[in-house]
Amino acid sequence: MIPASFDYVRAGSLDDAVALLAEHGDDAKLIAGGHSLLPMMKLRLAFPTVLIDIRTVPDAAYVRVDGDVVAIGALTRHCDLVASDVLRAEAPLIATAAGFVGDPQIRHRGTIGGSLSHADPAADLPTAVLASDAVLVVLGPDGRREIPVADFFAGYFETALAPGEVLAEIRVPRTGPNGYHYEKFVRRANDWAIVAVATVAGRVALANMAATPVRAAATEAALAAGASAAEAAALAAEGTQPIQDMHANQEYRGHLATVLTRRGLNAAGIA
Amino acid sequence: MRLSTTVNGSTRTDDVEPRLLLAHYLRDVCGLKGTNIGCDTTSCGACTVHVDGESVKSCTVLAVQTDGSDVTTVEGLAATRPGPDGMHPVQAAFRAEHGLQCGFCTPGMVMATAGLLAENPKPTEREVREALEGNLCRCTGYHNIVRAALAAAESMAASE
Repeated sequence: MIPASFDYVRAGSLDDAVALLAEHGDDAKLIAGGHSLLPMMKLRLAFPTVLIDIRTVPDAAYVRVDGDVVAIGALTRHCDLVASDVLRAEAPLIATAAGFVGDPQIRHRGTIGGSLSHADPAADLPTAVLASDAVLVVLGPDGRREIPVADFFAGYFETALAPGEVLAEIRVPRTGPNGYHYEKFVRRANDWAIVAVATVAGRVALANMAATPVRAAATEAALAAGASAAEAAALAAEGTQPIQDMHANQEYRGHLATVLTRRGLNAAGIA
Repeated sequence: MRLSTTVNGSTRTDDVEPRLLLAHYLRDVCGLKGTNIGCDTTSCGACTVHVDGESVKSCTVLAVQTDGSDVTTVEGLAATRPGPDGMHPVQAAFRAEHGLQCGFCTPGMVMATAGLLAENPKPTEREVREALEGNLCRCTGYHNIVRAALAAAESMAASE
């Protein structure tokens, strides 16, 4: 399969990418690792006429402590998240979830910014970043703005990013090395989650239980009120609208959410 | 668009369409047919090659995104670390352990295994299985492939 023809330009910086997006308009797309975009282009589900390559822009791939948060450059690859000692010590949920993305070859190319911007509700990193209550830093024609992750995922493969904006940085609260877990249910290696649960610091986020990754609000409220992990996990599917597909119907996904949440909470040290 | 790469140690410059995939560049422009295209959807790993020493699935990389990079295919692997028989230790181990039957997945399996051993020279069996999760084989049931990877790790450690 071969993508439709397009023009290709390399951005020299993220600001340059913003300028190029403004210049080329709606038919332009950013590409970094390309592991979500290129498969869509090969299937002709996407046919941008201009690709703006940001993969090699300088100083956009990093993981560093910045006060109370770990700042992650949007161009940081999954393999570099997995290998990051800073993340292991300060925000290990992100490193752990990154290790569940695809396979080693995919993790060598894909980036956290690409995964979040693509916003697949079944994907690992959007769910982990939502559970982490991170803040996303975005560059656009009007400068820099911050979007709390709770406001970022707008719908199925849809985000709060405006067409001319570029995700630049993910700011993840420091949690220390313990008290987190990522529990993913798949039928095949190297696949998207049928359902997955990310938990850290009393927050719980679910993958593939709605059109976006969602917080398990009833579970979190029960935990805050002193419920046991089992009692709180039983509420995990409350208010969710999971899709029905060849892998699972809504009822089964709801069941998975409660079981995986209980396992996740227990693994995170909540009895 | 102008593309300058080093493929299997040789520097080359080609004029390519931006939409040309790395797998097609290697096979059709460079004439290196060892890199197979299997699923063409980033799933099967048959097209695995190394870009700057790291394994990637060349069906999901634009050739123009490897500008300035060092690309190694199965044809060039042996030259990076030739054993006594002229093969790379991973290739020798796949032969010795019967790590293939029809052979279609083998170039990708070999490149993925070589990539794993570059990052983790002494993997456990479980680590080998997880590291090869992006490479599908319909013939072997994987047991001999895993044995080959472990044998390659041993022989490479022994010849350090």
